[in-house]
Amino acid sequence: MPHDHMSPSGHPFRADDDVPLSYWQAMEIAVRELLIEKGVTTAAEIASQIDAMDARSPANGAQVVARIWTDPAFRAAMLQDASAATAAMGFDIGPMKLIAVENTDTLHNVVVCTLCSCYPRNLLGLPPDWYKSRAYRSRTVREPRAVLAEFGVTLPDNTEVRVHDSTADMRYIVIPTRPAGTDGWSRDDLARLVTRDSMIGTGRAKSPEGLAGTDRPT
Amino acid sequence: MTDNIPPFDGRRWHDMGGDTAQAVPKDQHDFSLWEKRVDALMILCSAKGHFTVDGLRRVLEDMPPESFETMTYYERWIASIGQNLVEAGVLTPAEIGQRMSEIQTRGATYGDATRG
Repeated sequence: MPHDHMSPSGHPFRADDDVPLSYWQAMEIAVRELLIEKGVTTAAEIASQIDAMDARSPANGAQVVARIWTDPAFRAAMLQDASAATAAMGFDIGPMKLIAVENTDTLHNVVVCTLCSCYPRNLLGLPPDWYKSRAYRSRTVREPRAVLAEFGVTLPDNTEVRVHDSTADMRYIVIPTRPAGTDGWSRDDLARLVTRDSMIGTGRAKSPEGLAGTDRPT
Repeated sequence: MTDNIPPFDGRRWHDMGGDTAQAVPKDQHDFSLWEKRVDALMILCSAKGHFTVDGLRRVLEDMPPESFETMTYYERWIASIGQNLVEAGVLTPAEIGQRMSEIQTRGATYGDATRG
């Protein structure tokens, strides 16, 4: 199908969509077909798994953060056992351990996976490409302030920075600080301020001014 | 010749935390269907007990360092999934190879070659 090399979301399509069938694509087809023929899985099961993957997005994490900001008992539960607290909201991380780390006015947390690409998929979906890059994996534990500055997060020298290195079995979610000027906001309105990057630590929650005028609660 | 081989510092290539590197690239691509299928196959095969995420990681980490530069993320994953399924006795290398050869005759693009 002809297209202008940009997807509906404004990102370029991966080149693989435009070029001849690659060796590794052929391997994916072969493995998938053989697994279906042998009864290991079914086409419907694979499609259903992809639907579930597509349904997971940072909107899940934003709901969790907005609830933390408005529900002290839930905040305590998240800090105690984030796996159980998020599972109770329908965002089950499975057998993995999820740890919530909370930013304050004097503490900033950021998450990385130096060894690979481990990420709290139940709350944020699939990791962005930069999260899996050599640069982010290498430098975030070496010079976190410099990396954060590249994302537009410049921290005062007296702000403590904690870098959390994820593993296959243990994932982190950052709880950003609640923006000023949001007293009395509903949980749904607050959730719209919570960005993906604010939950990785490479960003902050949006300020009320960051929402388009028509989106702003009155 | 061993002159150009740096001394082993106790870490393998994937253990890159703390290294120097360039600025973080911010380019983002949308995941292709075939990439999502690779991800789904990993989750389903591990959920059904054929291999674990540790098995996935072992094969990824045993790849030569150049793999990180020459293969994309999900290319490395499908290579590892195939290897793990062979080790688990679910598939044989011959089956995979024969099917790949047949698939490559179906058409020029992924859309032409895939079914379903």
